[in-house]
Amino acid sequence: MMLEFYGTEIGSRLLIGTALYPSPQILSDAVVASGSKLVTVSVRREAARARSGQGFWELIKQLDVHVLPNTAGCKTVKEAVTTAQMARELFETDWIKLEVIANDDTLQPEVFGLVEAARILNEDGFKVFPYMTEDLGVAEKLVGAGCEVLMPWGAPIGSGQGLANPSAMKTMRAYFPDIPLVVDAGIGAPSHAAFAMEMGYDAILLNTAIAKAGDPVKMGRAFSQAIEAGRLAYESGLMEPRDMASPSTPVAGTPFFNIDSA
Amino acid sequence: MSRKKITVQGAGICGLWHALTLAKAGHAVTLIERSEKPFTDACSQYAGAMLSPFCEEEGTEPLNRDLGLRSLELWLETYPDTRVQGSLVIAQARDLRELDRFARVTEGHERVDGKRIADLEPELEGRYETGLYIAQEGHVSPHDALPFLLEAVRGAGADVHLGTDTIPDKSDLVIDCRGLAARDDLTKLRGVRGERAIIRTGEVTLNRQVRLLHPRFPLYVVPWSENRFMIGATQIESDETGPVTVRSALELLSTAYALHPAFGEAEILEFGAGARPAFPDNQPRIVVKNTHIHVNGLYRNGYLLAPALAELTARYIVSGETHPEVFC
Repeated sequence: MMLEFYGTEIGSRLLIGTALYPSPQILSDAVVASGSKLVTVSVRREAARARSGQGFWELIKQLDVHVLPNTAGCKTVKEAVTTAQMARELFETDWIKLEVIANDDTLQPEVFGLVEAARILNEDGFKVFPYMTEDLGVAEKLVGAGCEVLMPWGAPIGSGQGLANPSAMKTMRAYFPDIPLVVDAGIGAPSHAAFAMEMGYDAILLNTAIAKAGDPVKMGRAFSQAIEAGRLAYESGLMEPRDMASPSTPVAGTPFFNIDSA
Repeated sequence: MSRKKITVQGAGICGLWHALTLAKAGHAVTLIERSEKPFTDACSQYAGAMLSPFCEEEGTEPLNRDLGLRSLELWLETYPDTRVQGSLVIAQARDLRELDRFARVTEGHERVDGKRIADLEPELEGRYETGLYIAQEGHVSPHDALPFLLEAVRGAGADVHLGTDTIPDKSDLVIDCRGLAARDDLTKLRGVRGERAIIRTGEVTLNRQVRLLHPRFPLYVVPWSENRFMIGATQIESDETGPVTVRSALELLSTAYALHPAFGEAEILEFGAGARPAFPDNQPRIVVKNTHIHVNGLYRNGYLLAPALAELTARYIVSGETHPEVFC
């Protein structure tokens, strides 16, 4: 079954942020190597201002992937809404990754403003991808505000800690079986991504772990394979962990090799 | 060697080094620059002008390091005010992981502890417990180095024409060092905006350039003469050269303040912004189109790369020899 956001099929479960790469060429090579079909782009810095970032934008367009503009750095509802409207014009898309940030130290979502901004934008015809905490109450409000995708953080942006609260992430998956859930931020290693995918998350959005890797192109491939492995594992159904050993070879009837040596 | 009539277009750092190198090699050089007043149109005037072949290895090909090391030699041979006091790379306690990463992706550095940092930079005593020291790096000050080079170009016998972009007739070769102005000919060229501040205070003394690593705003402070400090530089995917934004100003000034609180009392002398010319891989190129040779895409490394690139161009003109990673 293919990943779908707001009725659009996306050919890969790895979504990539486009900041912090050593060069646009390496970004481009990493996206291609990873097979990702969706990239996020910051409106505030990279491409706004009357298209003066045309050079960078042309490079992104050549990738021929879905573009999800984001409102990174916005701290108020008004700022986020205005930025989303700018993004719609600049990138000619009604998709918006909605970020309303509470503080600069943790870059954690400001969930009250997030819900309000999501409602305003959904009513204005946007398709909103909210960057949120793993709080179920907030998730419900966002769904109530019209969001058809939820993007809880794994850990603070750029921290590379992996899933800080796996049990809450599991609960969230169980609570929203039919809504696409994307782990957004905090992923540091391919194993973190695989873990989230094994839980049944639909996709992983990350940036720093690839951009700041020694070899971003190779790391892009590593994440792509880990995410595919995690997804396959989820679809096949993981075994239940047990407390005791359980031999994989039947004991009855096997020869007792050790007896002879006594 | 056959003496050629060569026009160098653009009197930024790239054009100046080309005019100087080619004139010294015995060619009849004319340097043309579109601005009446020299350097007003060049992004080089806003540069940090660090000669940091090792630090600039972060995230780039070894090519930059090798060209940079050669450039450093050429600067020292040519410009007496080239300062080689090394670089110090530090991070706030909460960002020490950035230091580990930087150490992993660069070379030529030694780990230094708090005591050594205090020896190198007494003003930073007790503020940083660990850092990286790169002995072989230096810097120049653009405000002094650019006029010096222009005079050296004249001294080497080249003609300098300001306020014109008309190429004189009968040029055998054109060396096009126009930076972003050549983007109609070099379609993959893009602008990367850089913003910097210059401040002044007598309360802090630094002996060398200091890089303060940060996950989002890696910036540096370069000590200039007369108690001035240059703080740079942002990197924004944009070719806009308009005034510095409040956000960028906050980032730049916060860096200085974080490095040493006494910078909080410094006077702000100037903010400035330029757009650096870059190719998609941020690597420089020499593009030969018959008798028109583009040297472009020096990105944030104009001062680090220009001398060595000029040498490569001069060698090509004499012998046709091409460096495989630079020529295309």
